[in-house]
Amino acid sequence: MKQYEKVIGLEVHVELNTNTKIFCGCSTKFGAKPNSQTCPVCMAMPGTLPVLNEKVVKHAVAVGLATNCRISEFSRFDRKNYFYPDNPQNYQISQLYMPICHDGYVEVETDCGMKRIGIHEIHMEEDAGKLIHDDKTGCSLIDFNRAGVPLIEIVSEPDMSSADEVIAYLEKLRLIIKYLGVSDCKLNEGSMRADVNISVREVSCNGEKMPYGTRTEMKNLNSFRAIRHAIENEASRQIEVIENGGHVIMETRRWDEENGKSYPMRSKEDSKDYRYFPDPDLMPLILSKEYINKVAENRPEFREEKIARYVNEYKIPKYDAGILTLNVAMTGIFEETVKLCGLPKKVSNWLLGETMRLIKESETDPEDINVSPEKLSTIIKMCENGSINNTVAKEVFEKVFYENTDPEEYIKTNNLLMESKKEELASIIDTVLSENGKSVDDYRNGKDRAFGFLVGQVMKATKGKANPAVINKLLMEKLKS
Amino acid sequence: MEQNVIITDEVIENIGILAKINPENEMEAMKKDMEEILGFVNKLAELDTENVKPMSHIYDVFNVLREDKVVCEDKHNEMLSNAPETENGYFKVPKSI
Repeated sequence: MKQYEKVIGLEVHVELNTNTKIFCGCSTKFGAKPNSQTCPVCMAMPGTLPVLNEKVVKHAVAVGLATNCRISEFSRFDRKNYFYPDNPQNYQISQLYMPICHDGYVEVETDCGMKRIGIHEIHMEEDAGKLIHDDKTGCSLIDFNRAGVPLIEIVSEPDMSSADEVIAYLEKLRLIIKYLGVSDCKLNEGSMRADVNISVREVSCNGEKMPYGTRTEMKNLNSFRAIRHAIENEASRQIEVIENGGHVIMETRRWDEENGKSYPMRSKEDSKDYRYFPDPDLMPLILSKEYINKVAENRPEFREEKIARYVNEYKIPKYDAGILTLNVAMTGIFEETVKLCGLPKKVSNWLLGETMRLIKESETDPEDINVSPEKLSTIIKMCENGSINNTVAKEVFEKVFYENTDPEEYIKTNNLLMESKKEELASIIDTVLSENGKSVDDYRNGKDRAFGFLVGQVMKATKGKANPAVINKLLMEKLKS
Repeated sequence: MEQNVIITDEVIENIGILAKINPENEMEAMKKDMEEILGFVNKLAELDTENVKPMSHIYDVFNVLREDKVVCEDKHNEMLSNAPETENGYFKVPKSI
């Protein structure tokens, strides 16, 4: 059989987390009552005029700069005409001819090494409303709260050739955007959406590049898993069509993750003729060098820089720094906690160990963790000065993680302080010594191993809750007296 | 001087699909209207636009921007008041996939 390779390009939509919509002053808050965040502008009432939100421009430029794009000095908006009830204007305001950013790239790493993925362009546009289809009544219900929410669309070059590369590219984009803080980029909630354009072409034996095959576009991909499945499935489908002597049809298909299959989406009646033209309601955008430089200067510290700083400044291993910086929420907790209690390696251990364990156990999205640096630093400090031992510290931290409990109060209420346990411990030691007379004699006769045994007995009697250093000290005192 | 433009049945059919209009009974009238309109506008094709940059606005205004501040209140009752049909705060329309 002939060898084929996949050629994949992505269109990634990212919802920007501005306070208001792209062309009007309606709130973009998620979960509001249906149609409560609409106004004459986003409802396309006659005579209204859209006015561009300056934050959207700033965010789009920031993402463009972070993905090595050229920023257009001159850009403008176009109307994409289509009839569908999710958009009251009957056209979407987008940028076709003169997008705000173009010709960028990001570097991604997979098992096959580093690869540069080109970015064709980034443009600004508005989101559509949400439709709920009701099969019983044959009606659709519309909520226009999302209509006009700002999006950027990041269009890649067809530079990817495997599902691994696609996912690495998406992870990279997501991380960059999360560091910039312009979107929360959640695939499952739709704040990041990826449409995958895929074709296959024969690999010639002399390594020469064959012409591109006909591509299809895959929609409705809500998870990395779905993206991977859809790519493998669609490539196989296209190869089968070609092997059977057929031709792949250029079309949009909808992925059905449940059944592991895709279906063609649009009918012929819905021919893709959007009749784009410049939107006469919106004035062009001219960005000065000063403006672009200012956005560049205000950019945050990115992952690579953070890793280097963590290693130099905090002296934590590069491995730790690499993992901490995969999650923006984590870097914030790490830096704040270190500020409060020092001990960067200890803080890192708590985040990579116990915190990661609890994230997994509770199936929390790592980006949503909310561990108070104050509380974490209190636990670390108390642990360091011997006020509590490790077992207690973990117990308290779990309470903080799940219930945001106040650690000091919890320790007090539950009598977990080492100091308050000293008397209790002394009486436990007395009991252990009187029950193990032989070991006591052995120790006094020079058998050091007996000491370890006695420590073990005390530990057992306290159910592991005592600090071994304190047991050692107390036991030594008792044996010498 | 008007130039002759020929509009075929297919063009009208395609525009009908895009505009969600069924031109069946008005085919000939529409063809005639459109030929006249395009013929009239075609006059512009006589101009030499070789060195003229495409223009999207006649005003020399740019960067019309607003601050990212919520200024709209919840007026969903008013927004819904024009709709032929509503349900539980939603607009209700015939199902379309």
